[in-house]
Amino acid sequence: MFDGLSSKLQGIVSKMRGKARVTEQDIQDMMKEIRMALLEADVNYSVVKSFVADMTEKCKGQEIFSSLTPGQQIVKIVHDSLVELLGSKQNKIAVSPSGFTVIILYGLQGAGKTTSAAKLARVLKSGGKKPLLASVDVHRPAAALQLEVLAAKVGVPSYIRPDEKSAVKIASEAAARAKYLLCDTLIIDTAGRTTIDADMMDELKAIEKTVKPTEKLLVVDAMIGQESVAVAQAFEEAIGLDGFIMTKLDGDARGGAALSIRQVTGKPIKMICVGEKIEDIEDYHPDRMANRILGMGDVLSLIEKAQTQFDEDQAKKTMDRLLKNTFNLEDMLSQFEQIKKMGSIKDVIGMIPGAAGKVKDADVNEGIIDVNMAIIRSMTLKERRFPNILNGMRRKRIAQGSGTTVQQVNQLIKQYEQSAQMMKQFSKMSKGKKRGGFPMGGFPF
Amino acid sequence: MGIFDIFKNGLKKTRGFVTEGLTRISAGLGKFDDDKLDELEALLVQADVGVGATLTIMDSVRQSIRATGDDGTEAVTFEVKKQMLEILGEKKQLHIEDNSLNILLLVGVNGTGKTTTAGKLCLRYKEEGKRVMLAAADTFRAAAIEQLQIWGERTQTPVITQTTGSDPAAVCYDAVHAAIARRTDVLIIDTAGRLHNKQNLMDELSKISKVIAREAPSANISALLVIDATTGQNAVIQAEVFGSTVDLHGIVITKLDGSAKGGVAIAVAHKAKAPILFAGLGESAEDLVDFDPELFVNSLLPNS
Ligand SMILES: Nc1nc2c(ncn2[C@@H]2O[C@H](COP(=O)(O)OP(=O)(O)OP(=O)(O)O)[C@@H](O)[C@H]2O)c(=O)[nH]1
Ligand SMILES: Nc1nc2c(ncn2[C@@H]2O[C@H](COP(=O)(O)OP(=O)(O)O)[C@@H](O)[C@H]2O)c(=O)[nH]1
Ligand SMILES: [Mg+2]
Ligand SMILES: [Mg+2]
Repeated sequence: MFDGLSSKLQGIVSKMRGKARVTEQDIQDMMKEIRMALLEADVNYSVVKSFVADMTEKCKGQEIFSSLTPGQQIVKIVHDSLVELLGSKQNKIAVSPSGFTVIILYGLQGAGKTTSAAKLARVLKSGGKKPLLASVDVHRPAAALQLEVLAAKVGVPSYIRPDEKSAVKIASEAAARAKYLLCDTLIIDTAGRTTIDADMMDELKAIEKTVKPTEKLLVVDAMIGQESVAVAQAFEEAIGLDGFIMTKLDGDARGGAALSIRQVTGKPIKMICVGEKIEDIEDYHPDRMANRILGMGDVLSLIEKAQTQFDEDQAKKTMDRLLKNTFNLEDMLSQFEQIKKMGSIKDVIGMIPGAAGKVKDADVNEGIIDVNMAIIRSMTLKERRFPNILNGMRRKRIAQGSGTTVQQVNQLIKQYEQSAQMMKQFSKMSKGKKRGGFPMGGFPF
Repeated sequence: MGIFDIFKNGLKKTRGFVTEGLTRISAGLGKFDDDKLDELEALLVQADVGVGATLTIMDSVRQSIRATGDDGTEAVTFEVKKQMLEILGEKKQLHIEDNSLNILLLVGVNGTGKTTTAGKLCLRYKEEGKRVMLAAADTFRAAAIEQLQIWGERTQTPVITQTTGSDPAAVCYDAVHAAIARRTDVLIIDTAGRLHNKQNLMDELSKISKVIAREAPSANISALLVIDATTGQNAVIQAEVFGSTVDLHGIVITKLDGSAKGGVAIAVAHKAKAPILFAGLGESAEDLVDFDPELFVNSLLPNS
């Protein structure tokens, strides 16, 4: 649907090449696109308005650095300002000086509070804390049970009272239980509520008075629209807000609410959630969020994901061979194995915002990696290391052994030769550098 | 209270927002100059109508002002309303066939209200005297099965389940055969929330829908996409991708009782082929009404 700001700006940027100073018209053209991009990203309208006004001022009369075009200059200013607005140093979960920390999670229905509570408990536990998870959600059916199941998965105690109707009562009992169990942290998962439901907002206030939380965290769905600001303000007004957790960032929503809420409340993003499993929680990186909101693609996250899952030793071996210019089919097999480890190709593509709708099933042949792996595995060690010896007879045997056709084997070998060619160029380019970067060559899709 | 009142009541906040906005904008002379048209545009964007649909609406408004020379509040409001109605299309109702098995498959991203909507639909068809059955095909999320079972108890409806972690398509297989054996009128299948950019989960969904179609070849099968009214422009992509995975018969917009303006309904309708059929207006079983474009637009804009 949305082609990303970068592609739209491209046209404008190229028109400005060779100028020494950014003109008013340049700024206006660029700002129009940036405004659209931010609105499409669900950044709150008022926030967009003031941001664009600030940026227009900031860009006026800027000299162009010799290395940049005026267009790039503006993008850089906007991007850097966005990172600055989105950033915050104090994004650690606070600890109460009393030794007993109470964290309360609140938000709209279905935002991801219960899941986030469990994820948070897991993070704190691995940081040496002793958390207890308590559910005071007396409204949603089976909400308490959901938290209990997740607590067991994390391996922390939980406190639930499925038959009790008073959330306040459960909250105070949970605090007592946590202390009794010598826990140092109590995480309270509350029921989802709309901010205009006065009774429910009163319930939240009463819980807050009872347990006096150290950290009051708003859980926000990354898909939320223009209402984000009003929601954050309403919760802040009711009981206060120390920071927020953004969930479902594994989706392709651009997450403009991150900017809106930060801008309006000034409070930090403490954590981001990127999946349904309890381990899917990450530290927050303002620069990536800026890229995402601007529609430049979460390329950095993608690369980091690839890197953490990419076996270091294997990578080094491939890299060494690469630099020695001896990339063979063994290396290719190990590349395929690494890609499999990262999940499906479509998942990897899916991490690129906006790509989801565009990549058609036909474009991505998920099975091709399996087929190719089977083919290489049917080769002898010698064949893998010295692909030159793969004559017709050998190819036929390999096809039979891997349950494929000779054409498929030929195709793989052709692909290998192309990759090897690319690698050769790559190795020429990066000779002399210590670590030339990411040795993926081309993805085989 | 009739359902129209319920609908309007649920949308009180929505109505307040745009109506007040329009009144404020036109307060001066009751005329729409360029600045005021920009303000109107902003109002629509702030209601989550989205840049695309907003531009479509505003283009027509500007055109009609040029054509008629009438830039009074009434004319402008009329044109906005007309455009919105055009985008939303005529009121449509979910077709339930008599003397046949009807299968409703609820799909959508995480946390939008699929399970709750399953419970609400269950009550609706029970009250119509239909034989209803629920199926818990969310075998992934913790306590999802128990959540649906509670809805089953509330509405006194049998719930077909397997254990957490089992194959959701297998649950659907069981459910379809149970429904056929018990001569059920309406089988409502709750599925796990899934983000549309996760190919493996979308593949799982197409497998589910294939199994249902294969096992119940003569049933009237309708897939319903559940969208949260609080969602921003991502809802448009959701409709697009879910629509290309399953044969969507309609859309349910939930949480319209919240503070979100609900303009996303227009953003979605602007792009989606499937009509919006239901509106969710709360967390109780009764809080589901037929989506009425006319009423929806009238509650967004003042009457003229
Ligand atoms: N205010 C309001 N809340 C709703 C509405 N529909 C659902 N909810 C609430 O939203 C939350 C999520 O609803 P569920 O029905 O569990 O959503 P789901 O799509 O099944 O969620 P997952 O299965 O976890 O993906 C619950 O707290 C519901 O009570 C509605 O129309 N209005
Ligand atoms: N994909 C994805 N799903 C999530 C994430 N966090 C929560 N969910 C899902 O969103 C739905 C609602 O989450 P839940 O924790 O029950 O929300 P609550 O109603 O706010 O407590 C569930 O289906 C969760 O599995 C996330 O970061 N990514
Ligand atoms: Mg919950
Ligand atoms: Mg559900």
